[in-house]
Amino acid sequence: MTMLTPVPAISIQGVGKTFNPDSDERVVALEGIDLDVAATEFVSLIGPSGCGKSTLLRLIADLITPTTGTVEVFGRSAHEARLDRDYGMAFQSAGLFSWRKVARNIELPLELMGWSKADREARSAEMLELVQLPEFGNHYPWQLSGGMQQRVAIARALSFKPRLLLMDEPFGALDEMTREHMQNELLDLVAEVGTTVVFVTHSISEATFLSDRVVVLSPRPGRIHAIIDVPLGDRRTEDTREDETFFKSTTEVREALRQVGASA
Amino acid sequence: MVAAAAQRRETAGRRRIQTGLAVAGALVVFSTLWEVYKLLGGIIDDRWPDILPVRPDNLTMPHVWEIAGSFIEPVQRGRSEILAMSLLKAAGFTLIEAGLGFLIGTVVGLGLAVLMLRSFWLDRALVPWINISQTVPLIALAPIVVTWGRTTFLGDTVSVALIAAYLTFFPVAVNGLAGLKSPAPEALELMRSYAAGWSKTLFALRLPAARPYLFPAFKLAATLSVVGAIVGEISAGIRGGLGRVILDYAGRYTTGPEKLYAAVIAAALLGLFVFGMANLAEARILRGENQES
Ligand SMILES: Nc1ncnc2c1ncn2[C@@H]1O[C@H](COP(=O)(O)OP(=O)(O)O)[C@@H](O)[C@H]1O
Ligand SMILES: [Mg+2]
Repeated sequence: MTMLTPVPAISIQGVGKTFNPDSDERVVALEGIDLDVAATEFVSLIGPSGCGKSTLLRLIADLITPTTGTVEVFGRSAHEARLDRDYGMAFQSAGLFSWRKVARNIELPLELMGWSKADREARSAEMLELVQLPEFGNHYPWQLSGGMQQRVAIARALSFKPRLLLMDEPFGALDEMTREHMQNELLDLVAEVGTTVVFVTHSISEATFLSDRVVVLSPRPGRIHAIIDVPLGDRRTEDTREDETFFKSTTEVREALRQVGASA
Repeated sequence: MVAAAAQRRETAGRRRIQTGLAVAGALVVFSTLWEVYKLLGGIIDDRWPDILPVRPDNLTMPHVWEIAGSFIEPVQRGRSEILAMSLLKAAGFTLIEAGLGFLIGTVVGLGLAVLMLRSFWLDRALVPWINISQTVPLIALAPIVVTWGRTTFLGDTVSVALIAAYLTFFPVAVNGLAGLKSPAPEALELMRSYAAGWSKTLFALRLPAARPYLFPAFKLAATLSVVGAIVGEISAGIRGGLGRVILDYAGRYTTGPEKLYAAVIAAALLGLFVFGMANLAEARILRGENQES
């Protein structure tokens, strides 16, 4: 054994979540989840609809609390991590505030954290540059396409440079072309700062292309069925999508999903 | 984008012209109907008296041109001030009371909405009372409030404003609460992920999200504030405002019915004016935020 094991970014132990435990609408969403995510690792959660992917993500985010077990983020409770703003979050709907211009949307978390106006503006300009929308700071969200809005949402999630990024089907509403483009961009973005990512998706190829590991969940109750390593390394490009290893990993994920009864 | 903005402005301009034409057209149609009723009514009334719901004679229904003409005639014989000027002054007086009532009503309404959002029990406790409040006839309430004002430092103007506020707070409270509750669960979760507390969430998310709900309430409240102010003036017998003018001309109806009509038109125009102001504020404040505007 090595003597020094680094603190994992996320440590989930024996976690279960039951909604409405005392009523007729009782739902056991998750049961017996054990999962560690290493710092700078990219982990995807995949599984049939309703298997608890979003629930798991929201447990890590401390938006809900587990019924059993513990969730630790960077060595402290998920609750403390949330209060310390350890993570940024992005959902399937970009969820930009319609009354704020694009730059001001990116600055929202900074504003809540009490940054000065000058610092906020500098950072939002920098983020707009990173997501390749430098000219759109002064636009309202409705003036942007769906893909552009999602880029702004990612810029907002990363604006305060959190160590962890939690994403719930962020590209789910985008067309295939935009989607692949955004996947490349996302990898560049998180590689730059060394962000740890937990990424919920429905797409097998998306999970494989992006992830170091793919976690396949089975439904009713949600459990971890398999964890698949994707040995594609750190440099992933458009060519990766035609790589032999990529096909092999994709097949592995597909098989695992078939076993849990997903019709994907 | 610039072209798109210009296009939008052009469409907005065209829409304004269309609205103006429609309003003028409706006025012409209404005046014509009025006069046609008088003309045909006169014939019918001669043959079969008492079958018409409204008598078409010149005392009950003055001619449109007499009402219009009365605006530029002297208020009283021997005085140089024309009726329009006198009505404008009265409208200004009423506008101040209505404006104050609108402000008070908005603050109270918003305050109630925030309280009801904050506390489940306050929500439960307040909702029935807020609804009951609007079933109490204003006419019954007005003398009580005016008496309060006369026995304290408040005075008549504030009393009338309070009566107006009694009407205006209601739509603001009801729509305000709906608006404060309107953000999507994801938006609330986003705020939570930033560890934003209740008041930060209120100011950064709930209140801005409530604005599209609040503006229709403000428009309604603006016109209600004029109604409330006039009713308040009438029950308090306060001089200077449109309420008193209406009361006076009603008392002297037989000697100049067109003046009462003119005063009523002035009250309607004042209501239209405050509605227009609220509309303008909405357009300015929400400008650019939505595709439609
Ligand atoms: N707030 C909630 N209250 C009750 N049941 C819920 C709630 N959130 C999720 N669930 C239930 O938990 C299960 C897992 O949901 P979710 O995590 O959203 O699935 P997924 O994201 O994998 O599609 C579903 O059966 C869902 O109906
Ligand atoms: Mg989900």
